[in-house]
Amino acid sequence: MSRSDIFLCNTSLYNLLKKIDCVQHFCLSILHDFSILMPMDITLSNLSKTYKASKKSPEVNAVNNISLKIPSNDIFGIIGKSGAGKSTLVRLISLLESPDKGEVMYDNCRVDNLTGDKLIQRRRRIGMIFQNFNLFSSRTAGENIAYPLEISGMKKAKINERVNELLSLVDLSDRKNAPISTLSGGQKQRIAIARALANKPDILFCDEATSALDPQTTKAILSLIRKIQAQMNLTVVMITHQMEVVRDACSNVAVVNNGQIVEQGTVKEIFLQPKNPVTKEFLANLTPQTMSENESQKEGNAQSSSQAAKQNADSQGLVRWSKDGGQYTLRFTNDLTDEPVLSRMAQKFDIEFNIRAGGIQTLPDSKVGTLLADITGNDSEVQKAVEYLRQSGVIVEKE
Amino acid sequence: MDTQKILMLVNEATLQTLQMVVFSTVFSLVLGLPLGILLCVSDPKTGIKPRPVLYQVLTRIVNALRSFPFIILMILLFPLSRILVGTSIGTKATIVPLSIAAAPFVARIIETSLKEVDVGVVQAARAMGSTTMQIIMKVLLPESLPSLIDGITLTVINLIGYSAMAGAIGGGGLGDLAIRYGYQRFKPIIMAIAVIVILIMVELIQQAGTLLSRKVASKR
Repeated sequence: MSRSDIFLCNTSLYNLLKKIDCVQHFCLSILHDFSILMPMDITLSNLSKTYKASKKSPEVNAVNNISLKIPSNDIFGIIGKSGAGKSTLVRLISLLESPDKGEVMYDNCRVDNLTGDKLIQRRRRIGMIFQNFNLFSSRTAGENIAYPLEISGMKKAKINERVNELLSLVDLSDRKNAPISTLSGGQKQRIAIARALANKPDILFCDEATSALDPQTTKAILSLIRKIQAQMNLTVVMITHQMEVVRDACSNVAVVNNGQIVEQGTVKEIFLQPKNPVTKEFLANLTPQTMSENESQKEGNAQSSSQAAKQNADSQGLVRWSKDGGQYTLRFTNDLTDEPVLSRMAQKFDIEFNIRAGGIQTLPDSKVGTLLADITGNDSEVQKAVEYLRQSGVIVEKE
Repeated sequence: MDTQKILMLVNEATLQTLQMVVFSTVFSLVLGLPLGILLCVSDPKTGIKPRPVLYQVLTRIVNALRSFPFIILMILLFPLSRILVGTSIGTKATIVPLSIAAAPFVARIIETSLKEVDVGVVQAARAMGSTTMQIIMKVLLPESLPSLIDGITLTVINLIGYSAMAGAIGGGGLGDLAIRYGYQRFKPIIMAIAVIVILIMVELIQQAGTLLSRKVASKR
């Protein structure tokens, strides 16, 4: 039997099990014991959590009636500004806190009301990584990875074997006995990832996991998470305030503001047609993608530094050659990059257009082009031209 | 008084002081360590198992015991010494009030050290499914070890001071020697020697404590 056969076999077995609700938990834990990893979807319904800083201060609705479906075996992004409620949200989904109202379900099984031993057993099958890594300074890198195995009562020899396996998964086999303080930020996060995966979790939560890292390391960590996600059929939930992280790693995203979800969809949808002002703001602050590593290595030093300066000068994720203007935002998908839509528009209608800025964002499976342009001329002609663009599949927004 | 007699007296008193300090350190740790852990864990705001009532009760007891002047606490505890050791005078008897006086101090020191452990690290341990006991034994205590060692060093030095005070009311040791010979019999040389021995003791313990704490911290 090939690997995929085994997986298919497991999947059908799993679906059958899913139907029998009451035995589900028991059977899943058996499957888990045999190291068969099953993806796990998450459903949130009407979650609310209120905080009160002190007796006199007003209540804060950190999470306000959020309902959300997080698909299994995928990377799901939750983006929001600091204070938007995303940290509280992840603490609720990851069972670190219980909600005031609403339910958290893992695969149709309610989990937010678990207590005692059941809660502890459930938490052991959740992986979590953090912005500050939260590694134990009293333990070496290897001992950190061993911790979750120790607390779940694994035998010493087996722990050692698993630790070596995990170290090679995150490419740090040579740092097994290194004290945590001697590791770089990226290495720390790799050890944290290995620790989170030690007990073979079905869900991995990343709470601002890349916020303390530089852009290059962020890229490496994100691609490691993507690799592991595919390898282990994990459901990954990424909490972040960086649109770059969503762009580079996620397939679906929910935008959180003031404790509520203001927009939700596939990453492509959100990049093409952002509706909420908060989402638009996130997209506007996107830093431009750097060239792929191969390309930048080919370039001479002088050239690449001038390139970098150019990109730094631009804060909107676009290359801008004119400071003002740009009334219209045009967005293109890869389906229509070949057609000379703009020049046809200029020929067809009595208008003039001036491109002020432009750029391309590469998503994991597609590309989104953005142009900021002014379209001038007779009002009705401009109207017709915009209509023509829309009909050709370009998404047009007017400021 | 000849030199040999002085040496003998100092030697005996030093051994008594050491005996008092060692035993009362051990007993105050036995009493104070669980109390300190309980205070840290049950804290209504920062604890991993908040228990507001328990915390309030413990914190009041600890504060009350700590606000007693040691000399009065010792007199109050004479009956307890008599029950536990059979006498209320001498080195052995003094260990009882010394341990009980130091225990709340130890509890606070341990509580403070444990609370210094990064909240995020504790949260990570919780998220991985640690039980409260596992968090205490495998996270809080090992993570705060250098700070715990500093705290214990401080306790030992405090106990040397207390034990000297205990000498004034019949406890034996270097304090007793200084009072009886140095003060009451006008022998300043004995007073000076007693003080110097205590000074050396404190210095050595402080040095050793700092060294040990640094050694543990440098391996991290």
